[in-house]
Amino acid sequence: MSVRPKAHSLGPKPPFWRDRAKRALIFQALLIAAVVVFLLYIIGNTQDNLAARGITTGFGFLTNTAGFGIVQSLIDYSSQSTYGRTFVVGLLNTLLVSALGIIAATIIGFTVGIARLSPNWLIARLASGYIEIFRNIPLLLQIFFWYFAVLRAMPSARDSYSLGEVIFLNVRGLYVPEPLFESGFGLIPLAFGVAIVASIALTIWNKRRHEATGQRLPAGWISLGLIVGLPLLVLFVTGVPVTWDVPELRGFNFRGGITIIPEFLALWLALSIYTASFIAEIVRSGIQAIPHGQTEAAQALSLPQNLVLRLVVVPQALRVIIPPLTSQYLNLIKNSSLATAIGYPDLVSVFAGTTLNQTGQAIEVIAMTMAVYLTISLLVSMFMNWFNARVALVER
Amino acid sequence: MTIQHKMIEARPAPRSTVGPIAWLRANLFSGPVNTVFTLIGIYLLYLLLTPTIQWAFINADWIGTSRDDCSREGACWVFVSARFTQFIYGLYPRSELWRVDVTFITFAALIAWLAIPRLPFKRWVALATLVAFPIFAYFMLYGGHFGLPQVPTHRWGGLMLTLVLAVVGMVGALPIGILLALGRRSQMPIVKSFCVVFIEFWRGVPLITVLFMASVMLPLFMPTGVSVDRLIRAFIGITLFQSAYMAEVIRGGLQAIPRGQEEAAAALGMSYWMRMGLIVLPQALKMMIPGIVNTFISLFKDTTLVMIIGLFDLLGIVQAALSDSRWLGFSLEGYVFAAFMFWVFCFSMSRYSQYLERKLHTGHKR
Repeated sequence: MSVRPKAHSLGPKPPFWRDRAKRALIFQALLIAAVVVFLLYIIGNTQDNLAARGITTGFGFLTNTAGFGIVQSLIDYSSQSTYGRTFVVGLLNTLLVSALGIIAATIIGFTVGIARLSPNWLIARLASGYIEIFRNIPLLLQIFFWYFAVLRAMPSARDSYSLGEVIFLNVRGLYVPEPLFESGFGLIPLAFGVAIVASIALTIWNKRRHEATGQRLPAGWISLGLIVGLPLLVLFVTGVPVTWDVPELRGFNFRGGITIIPEFLALWLALSIYTASFIAEIVRSGIQAIPHGQTEAAQALSLPQNLVLRLVVVPQALRVIIPPLTSQYLNLIKNSSLATAIGYPDLVSVFAGTTLNQTGQAIEVIAMTMAVYLTISLLVSMFMNWFNARVALVER
Repeated sequence: MTIQHKMIEARPAPRSTVGPIAWLRANLFSGPVNTVFTLIGIYLLYLLLTPTIQWAFINADWIGTSRDDCSREGACWVFVSARFTQFIYGLYPRSELWRVDVTFITFAALIAWLAIPRLPFKRWVALATLVAFPIFAYFMLYGGHFGLPQVPTHRWGGLMLTLVLAVVGMVGALPIGILLALGRRSQMPIVKSFCVVFIEFWRGVPLITVLFMASVMLPLFMPTGVSVDRLIRAFIGITLFQSAYMAEVIRGGLQAIPRGQEEAAAALGMSYWMRMGLIVLPQALKMMIPGIVNTFISLFKDTTLVMIIGLFDLLGIVQAALSDSRWLGFSLEGYVFAAFMFWVFCFSMSRYSQYLERKLHTGHKR
C-alpha cells in the first residue's frame, strides 16, 4: 500500500480554488459578469441598430391612432382608436377564446377520459381512437383544417345551414339570436345570486348535521334545483322580460342576432378538441392511480356508489389530476396565440402582428406581449397551486 | 366401490363464458345501459367511417398529373402525388435530392441502431449521432465543400425542413437543458435563481412570440451590418424554448436518483463533474428517455409554427400549394396528407416511448 499524503486535516490551508465556498463565490461572480457583459453588448447593438433605422424607443406610440379595423372586439373599437386600445382588444379576445376553450376542453376531456375506462369495449376503443388521432396531429394543422377546409367551405349566406330557422351557419360565421333584456330582468340575476347563497348555506348546514347526526340530505340535488329553479320561477312570474333578436337574411347578409366569426369558431374548436385529448389521458391516469382497494374498502363500509365516488375516488384522483391539468390550461392559453395564422384578432395577431408592422416598435411590442403571457401563466399556476393545496388537505 | 383408473377428459368451459358470443355479451351488451352505449357507438362509427372511406378510397382518384384527372366525386390524391417531391424536399434542387436522401437514411440507421435494444456499441453510436452526424448533415445538406454545390437555406422546405428543425432543436436543447437542470438544483443561490428565471420565462410564453422575437429582435441584437440567416433565427428561438422544457424533464430524472448515489460518489473523492457525468446523469437520462421522447414529439409538432415567420415546413408548403391557382379547392386532400404524415411520425414515437416506459419500469421494480 502506498502512503498517501494526508488530506486537508491539519496542514496548511488549501489554496482558495479548492475551497468550496470561495469557489462558489468566484463562479457566481463570473456568471453575473458574463450576463452583464452579454446584456450590455446586446443593448449597445440594439441602440446602434435603432439609431441607424431612426426608431425612437419608448411607449409613446401607444397613444397614437391605430388606423386599422378589427373584426371582433368586446369593447368599443374603431380605426380611430389608439394602439393602446388595440392591445386591450387583443388581450380580451385572447382571454375570451382561452376561457371558452378551457371550459369546452375540460368537458370533452373528462367525458373522453372516463369513456376510455368504460367496461364497454367499443366505447373505450372509440375514446382511445379520439385521443390517438387528435393528440398526434399538430394544433396549427387542426386549426387550418377547421378554418380552411370546413368553415371556409360553408355555403354562402343565401344557402346557409339553419337550425329551426333561428341559428344559421354559413361562410361568414355562425348567427345566433341575441337576447334583449327588458326592464324587470334585473330580478333574475338577483334570484340566481340568492339561490347560490342559499345552496352554500345548505351545504354547510348539511355537513354539520351529517357530522352531528350521521344523516344527510341530498344537498347537491337540492342546490341544483335551487340554482336552476329559482331564476326560472322568477322569469315566469315576471312574465319573461326577454325578447330574442333573431338573425334574418336581408339582401346578401344576415342582420340582427350575434355573429360568431369563423376565425373564432375554428380556433375554439381546434383548441378544445386538441387539448381535450391530453386532458382525457390525465383524467384516465388520475382515476387509475386510485388503488382498487380504496373503492372496495368504501363499499365494505356500505357507502352507496355515488358517495364512494364523491368522498373516496374523486378527491384523491383530483390530487393526481390537478397539477398536469394546470399545465394543459396554460398550454391552451399559450396556444391560442396561433390565432394569428388564421387572422382571429387575438393579442399576438393585432398587437405583435399588425401594430408591430405599422410602428416598428419591435422591442416594446414583443416585451408587452410576452409580459402578458408570463403574467397569465404565473397567475394561473398560482391559482391552481392554491386550489391544489386545498384539495391536497382533504387527504390529511 | 369403483375406482376410476382413467383420467376424465377435461370438459370445455361453459359456453357462456368463452367464445365470441360470450365476449360480446361481456364487453358490449352486459346490461341495458351498455347495450344502448354500444348501439350509439356503432351508429357513430357508421356515421364517421362510411363517408370517410367513400371519400378517401372508393370514389378517390389516384392516377393523373393535373386537376383535369380529378373526377371530383371523392378525394383527388393526384394533387398530392403531383406535388409529392415538393412536400418532401421543398424547393431543394432536383438534381441534389440524393444528398437529402443519404443524410436521412444515415440518420434513420443511427436512430434505429439506438432504438433497438439488442444492438451493441450504443455509447459510440450515440456519440456519433450527437456529434459526428450533425457535422456530416451540415456538409451534406448545405454543401459548399467537397465539390457539393451550396444549397441556400431558403430552398429548404417540406418534411425535410420539419425534420431538420426538430432534430437540430433537440440536439441543441439537450446540453443546455442538462446545464439548466443541474443549475436549478445547485446550492449556489445566484446560479439557481438565474436558471429558475430562465426556465420559467421560456416556459411562460408561447413559442410563437419566441419565434417573432427571434425573427424581429435578433437582427437588432447583432452588430450593425451582421445579418443572421432566417433558418438560424428559427433554430435559436426553438432551441432556447425547448431547452427550458428539456431542463424540467431532466430535473425530474435527477430528482429520481437517490441521494445516496451522489454521496457514495463523493465519499470516493469524485469531483462534482465526475459525480454528475459518471454516476448521476447517465442514470437520470436513461430514466428520462420516455420524457425526452415526449418532448421531441411536441417539438416535432411545434415546428409547424415556423411557417408564421416565413419558412416552409411540411405544413407551410402544403398551405402554399393550396393557394396555387392551378390547384384551388383541394385543401381537404392537402391537410389529410399532412396530418397523416405528422400522425405517423408522432404516433410511432409515442408508441416507442410507451414501450420504453414499460421496459425501463421493470428494470426499477423491486
